[in-house]
Amino acid sequence: MPLLVPQLPKGPHYGILAEFGTPTDLYHACERVRDAGFTRWDAHSPFPVHGLERAMGIRRSPLPWIVLIAGLTGAAFGFGLQWLVHASAQPLVISGKPYFSWPAFIPITFELGVLFAAFGAVLGMLALNRLPMHYHPLFRSKVFERVTDDAFFISIESWDPRFDSAATRKLLESLGARSVELLES
Amino acid sequence: MAQTEAELLDNPVEGSPTLILRSPDFHAITEVVAEAVERRTPTGWWFFFLPALALLGLLGVAVSWLFWEGIGIWGLNVPVGWAWDITNFVFWVGIGHAGTLISAILFLFRQKWRTSINRSAEAMTIFAVMCALLFPGIHVGRVWVAYWMFPLPNQMSLWPNFRSPLLWDVFAVSVYGTVSVLFWYVGLIPDLATMRDRAKTSMRKYVYGFLALGWRGSVRQWNHYETAYLVLAALATPLVLSVHSVVSMDFAVSVLPGWHTTIFPPYFVAGAIFSGFAMVVTLMVICRTAFRLEHIITLRHFDYMAKIMLVTGSMVGYAYATEFFTSWYSGNPYEMFTFMNRALGPYAWAYWIMVSCNVISPQIFWFKKARTSIPILFALSIVINIGMWFERFVIIVTSLHRDFLPSSWGYFTPTMWDVACLIGSFGLFFTMFCLFVRFLPMVATSEVKTVLPQANPHDGHAPQRETKNRAARPGLGTPTPEGAS
Repeated sequence: MPLLVPQLPKGPHYGILAEFGTPTDLYHACERVRDAGFTRWDAHSPFPVHGLERAMGIRRSPLPWIVLIAGLTGAAFGFGLQWLVHASAQPLVISGKPYFSWPAFIPITFELGVLFAAFGAVLGMLALNRLPMHYHPLFRSKVFERVTDDAFFISIESWDPRFDSAATRKLLESLGARSVELLES
Repeated sequence: MAQTEAELLDNPVEGSPTLILRSPDFHAITEVVAEAVERRTPTGWWFFFLPALALLGLLGVAVSWLFWEGIGIWGLNVPVGWAWDITNFVFWVGIGHAGTLISAILFLFRQKWRTSINRSAEAMTIFAVMCALLFPGIHVGRVWVAYWMFPLPNQMSLWPNFRSPLLWDVFAVSVYGTVSVLFWYVGLIPDLATMRDRAKTSMRKYVYGFLALGWRGSVRQWNHYETAYLVLAALATPLVLSVHSVVSMDFAVSVLPGWHTTIFPPYFVAGAIFSGFAMVVTLMVICRTAFRLEHIITLRHFDYMAKIMLVTGSMVGYAYATEFFTSWYSGNPYEMFTFMNRALGPYAWAYWIMVSCNVISPQIFWFKKARTSIPILFALSIVINIGMWFERFVIIVTSLHRDFLPSSWGYFTPTMWDVACLIGSFGLFFTMFCLFVRFLPMVATSEVKTVLPQANPHDGHAPQRETKNRAARPGLGTPTPEGAS
């Protein structure tokens, strides 16, 4: 079940967690961590901070493509189902209309397209985010409980090639971190 | 009201409008919203919940008797084969539409004021759709074969008729309900995580923790999350317009004078948004007072909602006039008779209740004093919903009760079971809403925090909305490239 359990780095430590006071501090710290060349790291905030994904150098989410494929599948399924019923499996003359009276099939085609696309969006988002994942080493940290309230964090994982528990801690402290914590794996 | 006129006015020189008053910090927002769920159940809550639960019980009795005895317990007769059942259905679907308008359409239009009310408006949508789905479900008479509405392979090798608007309706409303639940749940995930992280009891920790799916507020997660939210908003927008259009086609596709008009889809959508906003106002007035959220759900929000009610109410009034014009211009005697009969016939009382509630009364919202007066807003929100219920009653019953031949004319009078089903559906709605405000955060805190000035990482600059104007004016700060988007 790779989706539901975190991938953990080998070794005793998961990584380093640093708390920052404001969205602005977090934003500038992220720019510096990005420029320092780290790859296995993340920032955490109680709300989406505007532009932070660019400050971290994250690419755009591929989710719209998943949604497009799911939506087209749903629409094709809806249209195909109606064709199957009215033109193939059970051809009946209703109100003198032709069997394949496709304009009357559009509303349900649309609705099923939206239905599948919405499930694609939600399930796709969860899969890309590797959720649900009810356990994670970050949850061991006491201060991390405030990530959903008013605290801002950067976490750098220990399997990042540039990770060095002393030097990385120093870097984060120099960026204005309020507290820095080494997390067990 | 601790709000001054100056706070209500947008000041284009000083920057963006103040959406949240008393400039709280992030923690204060979490505290006020989460505390409402965590504290001991206030006595006042039981005063709403128990009557609602009693009405829900009444609904249970009414529906059980209906299943036992059949739809003959309602006041239906031969020309009037649809009456309060479908009136209630259209009424409740319409209520739901304001929630989706607030959560999806206003999101796409970057209307940041929606953040204070979108969570509870979406909850309202879901509960309204539950009430709506009840009525077509129970009005079929033989409920044990209601599954015939769905394209399920069966031993009779029977399929539903996909060319019928009634079947489009089954799909439209059930897809609408499903997508609304998905949208609402996605919006809830970060706030459920807040409830998890604040939980003092292990019960809360497990339940909220399970539902929060292990959300860590990571920017890589927010990146996909915000895309998903945007995509869902973009999907819900055409969906909500399609739903009430399809509902209107239940009528418009028939050949009955009074129903057979092309104006129905936009007219129904406008009416749906109108009544839905009225219901949002009713609920928000109660919630902001009961849970002391006056600084989050401010008079500015009510001012905006009143403007939307004024616009949609006037659109509905325009549609009433257009129907009369069309029937006169058609030269069709049946069309002309139906509309004259609506305004002057045996149901004239219902027609004029509808006109006075829906067209005349909202005109008071031309005045700012009315738009920012809580008693006026509350009273009018109820008046409007009475009017919108009557609109559906007028459309359905007055078009049916005088058939083409005078020998098949009739008059519909509700029985006590019609009344029980209607007020019972309010019991279902308010029971669900009471449970919602008791157990889930009723304001989307992670969204409200983003509209606070200190949430903007580009320090010293005004929020994004204003930066473009500012860029052209030296001395007011230079926006970063990120801020200009």
